[in-house]
Amino acid sequence: MSSQNLTLVQAVRDGLKGELERDDDVVVFGEDVGKNGGVFRATQGLYDEFGEDRVFDTPLAESGIVGTAVGMAAYGMKPVPEIQFSGFAYPAFDQIVSHAARLRTRSRGRFTVPMTLRMPYGGGIRAPEHHSESKEAFYTHEAGLKVVVPSTPRDTKGLLAASIRDPDPVVFMEPKLIYRAFREEVPDETYTVELGEAAVRREGTDVSVFTWGAMTRPTLEAAENLDGEVDVEVVDLRTLSPMDWDTITESFEKTGRAVVVHEAPKTGGLGAEIAATIQEEALLYQEAPVKRVTGFDTPFPLYALEDYYMPEAARIEDGIRETVEF
Amino acid sequence: MSVLERDPHERVRVLDEDGQVVDGATVPDLSEEEFVEMYRSMRLARHFDQRAVSLQRQGRMGTYPPLSGQEGAQVASAMALGDEDWLVPSYREHGAAYVHGLTLEGTLRYWMGDERGNELRDLRIFPVAVPIASQIPHATGLGMAAQHRGEDDVSICYFGDGATSEGDFHEGLNFAGVYDTPTVFFCNNNQWAISVPREKQTRSETIAQKAVAYGMEGVQVDGMDPLAVYQVATEAVEKARNPEEGQLRPTLVEAVQYRFGAHTTADDPSVYREDEEVEEWKAKDPIPRLERFLRDRGVLDDERVAAITESVEDEVASAIETAEGFERPGPDTMFEHVYAEMPKRLEEQRAYLRRLREEHDDDELLEH
Repeated sequence: MSSQNLTLVQAVRDGLKGELERDDDVVVFGEDVGKNGGVFRATQGLYDEFGEDRVFDTPLAESGIVGTAVGMAAYGMKPVPEIQFSGFAYPAFDQIVSHAARLRTRSRGRFTVPMTLRMPYGGGIRAPEHHSESKEAFYTHEAGLKVVVPSTPRDTKGLLAASIRDPDPVVFMEPKLIYRAFREEVPDETYTVELGEAAVRREGTDVSVFTWGAMTRPTLEAAENLDGEVDVEVVDLRTLSPMDWDTITESFEKTGRAVVVHEAPKTGGLGAEIAATIQEEALLYQEAPVKRVTGFDTPFPLYALEDYYMPEAARIEDGIRETVEF
Repeated sequence: MSVLERDPHERVRVLDEDGQVVDGATVPDLSEEEFVEMYRSMRLARHFDQRAVSLQRQGRMGTYPPLSGQEGAQVASAMALGDEDWLVPSYREHGAAYVHGLTLEGTLRYWMGDERGNELRDLRIFPVAVPIASQIPHATGLGMAAQHRGEDDVSICYFGDGATSEGDFHEGLNFAGVYDTPTVFFCNNNQWAISVPREKQTRSETIAQKAVAYGMEGVQVDGMDPLAVYQVATEAVEKARNPEEGQLRPTLVEAVQYRFGAHTTADDPSVYREDEEVEEWKAKDPIPRLERFLRDRGVLDDERVAAITESVEDEVASAIETAEGFERPGPDTMFEHVYAEMPKRLEEQRAYLRRLREEHDDDELLEH
């Protein structure tokens, strides 16, 4: 089985290429995704390979991009629109939540929206204002959408393929901090990683740490740093909606302690949802309060301060220690 | 010369307010049967509308957006479509949707709060769009998909004058211009976006002239003149499907008209507009206008009109009976069609609601 050593963003491209090849109804479009190959190069070369009918540039208009994708999807196609940065998705928010998410319900299944809306998200790359936010909770709050956040190149290709083939609209959020942070062997052929399944990245017995996306790496780093002191289990959720509650409660029932790590603001973030679900479903296993290690309830700061904003290994280690020593 | 190729300030008219053909106008080449069908559908839409408002007043239906005054624009434009063409409505196009195949009971059921009213089976009709202008990019997207598939179907997208202020109007028309999609953008300019007059939506002299900015033709038509609307819509649909050399597919149609009643049954228009204004527009009512024309041509007489009245009343009464006869949607239906496959958490919530209903009777649960 042949494979390539790819970065996460190369795995996005490889995943798109595979799906463009296997299904003529897949079209990739957005701002600068054509000739330019995307501002992050996620679509590099696809325009040359598949032509303008399959991979095309659009006017600069997020609501137009998502709104036309809804129409194309209702017609039976599998559009894969790109929002250049998740911070620019808000003009399209109405199309995402009022239409993409609801068209199946509203038409009682007559029309569906098999769209995969890609958007790079998250901080840590010294980007300008509005380029670093983590607003995955907006989308997980909306019934009818699926939300996926990969953390490794191999998962990225498989989750992207699964999203494109999924009959429901998927918001596919790519953690741009780790677009090029490391490489992994990625099979050349197409494959899927099932949506809705978390991955246990590291087994442990003392505490469960739940995280996703770019925070998976500092979390694993913290777990390694604590090795010998605390036996940490790290669960990468991968799909945030539908959430893999079985894996979460199973892990918690084993360890009795939980830390949630996300770079999004604390208030109303998914950490709160995970803590509440653990309380509802596994209270009697609980040895300590659920700890949240998150970004702050501030606008995402300009880059001089972003390293203070984002959880890193030291902060995560502190959170784990507090939980274990409670 | 195509009726579309004109100054967007110049309003297309075929019938004057007394139902007489205006000088130089061409009467659309419709058969007697088609003329009667147009008239009957308009009468049906009017009667349906009056009954729907009354049902709301009696507490038999929820909030409802009336269409009276707009029958000519709705019926005549929808008659320009073939079965394979797409109709993308806002929330007021009950008459247009009926012409394109949606049952009256479906419309009633939706406004009676049962989502199953939106079950459109094989029809190419989008479900009602409530957020203003948000359906416009969908119509453009349908056109992009049709082009991708090499199909020759056309979409007509309805929206009001208020919608032209929204970003989605611009984005939808802009995409349509750029990709040259087979789309007819049909603005039902009924003068009022709830309480805000057309003059406070835009400084443009006409809405039709906005088409220039998108590189497409814009045409203003008397929206209370069904023959003019039919002529314009037919040409716009035909051009979208088979443009001549150098012609672009999309068109923006501004149908100038008036809603006689309230924005919805929850609205009181006497707060923001004068009775004289309403009376002035009622003199342009599309129904007597078409009736006069058809009587003059010998297509209609008292007997035929009476038969139509009776059949329209019967059809609406029967639709109301059917709609009210449907069993109310069971709570389980709320969980259906959210996803292709129900996520586990949703299954659990459905099971919880089922358990609640077993443990308490519905009366207790429904008391708020």
